[in-house]
Amino acid sequence: MSHSFDEISQQLKRRHRKSTRLKWITMGSLGLAGLFLVLFFADMLNKGLPAFQQAYIQTEISYTQEAETDGRQAFDEELLPLISRTVVRVIPMELRNNPDMIGTSEEQWVLANSEVDQYLKGHRHRLSEEEQEALDARVESGQVDLRFNTTFFGSGDSKIAENAGILSAVVGTIMTMIVTLAISFPIGVMTAIYLEEFAPDNRLTQIIEININNLAAIPSILFGLLGLAIFINFFGVPRSSPLVGGMTLALMTLPVIIISTRTALRSVPESIRHAGFGVGCSRWQVVRDHVLPLAMPGIMTGSIIGLAQAMGETAPLIIVGMVAFIPDVGVSFTNAATVMPAQIFTWAGEPEQAFVEKTAGGILVLLTILISLNAFAVVMRKKFERRW
Amino acid sequence: MNSHATVMNGQQTPAVGQPYTRNEAACHDLSFRVRDLNLWYGKNQALKNLNIDLFQKNVTALIGPSGCGKSTFLRCLNRMNDLIPSVRTEGLVEMDGLDVNAPKMDEVALRRRVGMVFQKPNPFPKSIFENIAYAPRMHDLVSRKAEQEELVEKALRDAGLWNEVKDKLHEPGTSLSGGQQQRLCIARAIAVQPDVILMDEPTSALDPISTATIEDLMDKLKEKFTIITVTHNMQQAARVADYTAFFHLGEIIEYNDTKVMFSTPAQKKTEDYISGRYG
Repeated sequence: MSHSFDEISQQLKRRHRKSTRLKWITMGSLGLAGLFLVLFFADMLNKGLPAFQQAYIQTEISYTQEAETDGRQAFDEELLPLISRTVVRVIPMELRNNPDMIGTSEEQWVLANSEVDQYLKGHRHRLSEEEQEALDARVESGQVDLRFNTTFFGSGDSKIAENAGILSAVVGTIMTMIVTLAISFPIGVMTAIYLEEFAPDNRLTQIIEININNLAAIPSILFGLLGLAIFINFFGVPRSSPLVGGMTLALMTLPVIIISTRTALRSVPESIRHAGFGVGCSRWQVVRDHVLPLAMPGIMTGSIIGLAQAMGETAPLIIVGMVAFIPDVGVSFTNAATVMPAQIFTWAGEPEQAFVEKTAGGILVLLTILISLNAFAVVMRKKFERRW
Repeated sequence: MNSHATVMNGQQTPAVGQPYTRNEAACHDLSFRVRDLNLWYGKNQALKNLNIDLFQKNVTALIGPSGCGKSTFLRCLNRMNDLIPSVRTEGLVEMDGLDVNAPKMDEVALRRRVGMVFQKPNPFPKSIFENIAYAPRMHDLVSRKAEQEELVEKALRDAGLWNEVKDKLHEPGTSLSGGQQQRLCIARAIAVQPDVILMDEPTSALDPISTATIEDLMDKLKEKFTIITVTHNMQQAARVADYTAFFHLGEIIEYNDTKVMFSTPAQKKTEDYISGRYG
């Protein structure tokens, strides 16, 4: 029994409608995801970008004898509520280093109070009416300015908002990541090579394989507990240190590196291995000279992504004590340190308006580093990808 | 089936399907002596009780329908089957009077003496130069740059590829055409100076002109090397092989001088296959 085109089209209409509807639904979900992404970035940039600027006030500093004990004595009385409390310690320190300066005075730009900073940026602030008037007068005479915030990028954490910076957290993250990479990369790659190239396919290796795959899905805070129990309590690694943090994150990164390395090794065609064996290579020579070079881009990408994941991790570090107040930028693997996400977490808990801005600023720095790392991974993959 | 070896062209014809009485006079001509070789993939028996003698400095072709075990047998000769975990072999494969499956036989040493060329050209993803120089350097046959260059040139000349690639030795081996890549693989195999070269359907991925080039090459190479080739192409076997073995369902049905085999096959199955009645 044959059908005319009209009859068939009639039936087809419903199917076409259905597929069009489905297409719109899928596009809609993509659009929704994109919208959230845009909103997130817009909000972060809106809140975080002001953190990269900081208010400064131009004033006359008179280095009197009294200022050597109390830095506030160097300033005009009415200015004191506007400038940063840090002068209390900064001015005497300067004077102790240069005793010749006592008795002189000079015009300088001084770090303003965070309330002034927030007032100038149009945020919530706690300045009184008179203070606002005094400030407005100085703004008009050009003695107040928003400048690039060198403190934010150049110093460690502080309880004084205008003095708090992300540098100690950045350094802590770098140190922690060095430890993580130094442990998880060689162990992960070697494990994957063994499992993929040498291990017999038996029950034991299958169990190991399943366990490694499951490890990648374990809540990260459990790795923190493991780190606390084994590294700190059993091995006595100093707590809060980049060493213990890096070791804990290495545990977390290992399965990611193992899985991505195995995938990379598996994608090397069998014919390359045969070619190697055919000319009399031993198994290790085949792996080292022929398989690994081809798998390297994949291994690198996987490791970088694993590292980026570890870099954004906070939960396991809370357990090993890396969410700490670290005012000094320290370059040591065994001293207490903090990392970027932990610093953001700390700032997020501060009540002052100025710290809200710091939190968003910290997130921007972290995001920038993570996005560059991922972009680097993509570039590496594209650059070293080989066809055969 | 003739149970006694017959003398032809002054040379011993090989044993067919049954134990072969060792002939001392012919022994030095033997490359491989295979006795009662059985092979299983898991529970599947792929080779059944093979007995065959392969002669030096000759081209021996292994023919037969797909899945008859000819490639599997070829891989027994340099123990490439070791790479497949489920494979189990029994029986004797002897080279130079030594069992290649013996525990003290190092498969790396064996593969140095028994090179292999694969169905699909598989140059290393390195330069043409490196493709050839890599293995000799690894085996400590050469070390200095000049020695390497000399060896690379010689191998490429032997493989008939030198004139085509001498100006681009440092370009990737994969940039060559399929036929050139296959000759590069042959050059790579002969660079380690093996005794035997196994070829697993070396021309099945190539066009007719490249195929003819490789066939000519095989003819020249047999002066220096023993060549054992698997082919689907009966005309190719007839053209290049001195001896031909016909495999069917894991057994060697017939093994003889190629001319004899193709003119007067002793077995009905061989005749049917050669005349294209199945396969």
